[in-house]
Amino acid sequence: MRSREPRPMRPTWVLLRKDLLLERRAPESVPAMVLFSITTFVLFHFGLGRDEVEGSLAAGVLLVTILFAAILGINRLFVSEQAEGGFDAVLLAPIDRTALFLSKAMALFLFLTLVELVAVPAFAILLLGPSPWDALGGLVVVLALVNGALALVGALVSALAIRTRSRDLIVPMIGLPLLVPALIAASRSCAPLLAEGGASWPAAKWLAVLALYDLVFGLLAYAVFDFLLED
Amino acid sequence: MYGKGLRALTLATLVALTATFALVVFWAPNDADQGFIQKIFYVHVPVAIVTLVAYVVGGIFAFKQLRTDDRKWDVRSYVVIHIALIFNVVGLLTGAIWAKASWGHWWVWDEPTLVSFLIVFLLYATYQPLRFSIEDPERQARYASVFAVIAGAFVPLNFMAVRMASSLVHPRTFATAEGGLPGEMMFVFLVSLVAMSLLFWLLVKYEITQKNVTWQIRALRRRLLGDDAVAPIGRSAAPTIAPEAAKPLGQRPRVSYENSPEARSRGPEEIAT
Amino acid sequence: MDAAPAIELRGVSRRYGERWALRDLSVTVPSGQTLVVFGPNGAGKSTLLRLLASLLRPHGGEVTVLGESLPRREWAVRGRIGLLAHDALLYRDLSARENLRFHARLHKQPAARVEELLERTRLTGRADDPVRTLSKGLLQRVAVCRTILHDPPLLLLDEPRANLDPAATALIEPLIGRESGRTRVVTSHDPVGGLAEADLALGLRDGRAALLAPAGEVDVVAVEALYR
Repeated sequence: MRSREPRPMRPTWVLLRKDLLLERRAPESVPAMVLFSITTFVLFHFGLGRDEVEGSLAAGVLLVTILFAAILGINRLFVSEQAEGGFDAVLLAPIDRTALFLSKAMALFLFLTLVELVAVPAFAILLLGPSPWDALGGLVVVLALVNGALALVGALVSALAIRTRSRDLIVPMIGLPLLVPALIAASRSCAPLLAEGGASWPAAKWLAVLALYDLVFGLLAYAVFDFLLED
Repeated sequence: MYGKGLRALTLATLVALTATFALVVFWAPNDADQGFIQKIFYVHVPVAIVTLVAYVVGGIFAFKQLRTDDRKWDVRSYVVIHIALIFNVVGLLTGAIWAKASWGHWWVWDEPTLVSFLIVFLLYATYQPLRFSIEDPERQARYASVFAVIAGAFVPLNFMAVRMASSLVHPRTFATAEGGLPGEMMFVFLVSLVAMSLLFWLLVKYEITQKNVTWQIRALRRRLLGDDAVAPIGRSAAPTIAPEAAKPLGQRPRVSYENSPEARSRGPEEIAT
Repeated sequence: MDAAPAIELRGVSRRYGERWALRDLSVTVPSGQTLVVFGPNGAGKSTLLRLLASLLRPHGGEVTVLGESLPRREWAVRGRIGLLAHDALLYRDLSARENLRFHARLHKQPAARVEELLERTRLTGRADDPVRTLSKGLLQRVAVCRTILHDPPLLLLDEPRANLDPAATALIEPLIGRESGRTRVVTSHDPVGGLAEADLALGLRDGRAALLAPAGEVDVVAVEALYR
């Protein structure tokens, strides 16, 4: 007989592998998020009436687009578990429930990274005034932290909303206000990177705020996620 | 019985509120630059402080609900957040008036308290819709508690981020040239803070009492008229099941009315009205 | 271990809102025996299975499954229960083999076990088609494989023969039937067939036990009366 619950990492990989396989078999989230992002850039071009953006305006356009695109993925994150019994499967298996949260957050992180691999170059071509090459290193760091925030909050909000009657309304209503601090820190970090006349490294304090945000929500999610699976 | 000490608390709140308004209007000095309208500060800031503390307290109650699975914590958490949301709206409105008086605009993005207040309001405004969209009361209590815990932790984090982002530091009332609030203003402010806290506590107590009484009446009607005669509770954002009813069957407190003479002499119609 | 009953319910209740789905239910099932649960829709059969599977928490009474008290020690029974519910717990866009391999990994079973079961249920030919293209009968066979993948000592079966033709039923019988030698809780709407495979019969009506007796002492008419 086991004296303690098994470690969460191994089942996390099993679950993550299944999520990636599902997305490969029936691609839904990633293509939708990519198309949504590019369409939004076009909308911003006409909405702002500008051919080129830079500085804090560029940071805002890029990050708000990624944020809204992420909402699409967050809405769908647990749909297969809810519709096809994945919740029960996880609860019946001798694994730690945290593995489900970790795998979903990782899947969302990977999806967002894939989306950004297309969306950020598209943004640079379509809208960005200054050259993106100087900003590349900084952007990778900032976007990794942003993806972490989106993945953690997204997986949590998605799990919170999935078994409610109006989950597609609940996700943006709860998710967007929760992500405001992350957006503040991310756009303040991005603005100097995309500034006209050369990128400069973002202030350390904003990167620290983003990292702190990731940490706080990581711990919060770890503490409360199990309660969302109980019945 | 429910509502113990409600009358004393009501009186204390009335006295404190009257004293506050009398002090604010007749005693507190007028602000040199902003004049009389600045006195809305004595409403806005205490209300804001009470709201933010209440959100955190609501999160702590929700955490207790998750830990103990005792529904009374869900009721408390719900009521605290409900009243805090009302205070939040009052805080936003008074804040806007203060901003208009001080800076000439109804909204200023450089005032971190006001901005974070708006964000927190937008988040907590989803608390009721979230509850409403979950039909099973058990799950509703659990999910709402998870939300309240997350949101309660979010409040200080959000405040910090917004504060850092406001570039200009406006002359704040707390930080006058002498480096603090003048003694008289500070005194009135503290009295007002006590009054607002009492008002908050009173409203919470009233709502909890009202809920308990409703449940008690419902339980009595079910007892007297039978389960079928009482219409089932529809969807609701508020907790719908009395904490006692949620306890296992054997551990429910006995309803003592059943065999009392009053209960027998009273007709069902009387209770039904 | 064998001496202790596999399932012991004492005064178990479960509520949905104000409605009691199960009320004051007490049943003991010895190891290796079969409990068949009868009752009209909404009588609490599925609730009972989910309670036993540790997917639902009781709101009253004591639930002991495989010697472990639920929900306090629910992690200790996880992986020792096979649940076959109406929901197949299979991802529609993955093939039968991928689904079963996924479950095998969750339960730390070797991939060879998947192949063995696919073989025994004659699914090898369709094992690489997406599950959504399978007929209901084939789907149920895959679900049966999923249920017994980890060789659980306790089976919880919700109308296991619902979409199956006689040949398919014969195919899965050694896996989840009486001869599998496992403790079983089976729900059924078929009084004759149900009683034939039961050691114990439980009739539920409005969440209460209207009938509980060794199967040999139960009349088919008594079971049919539950549905009236």
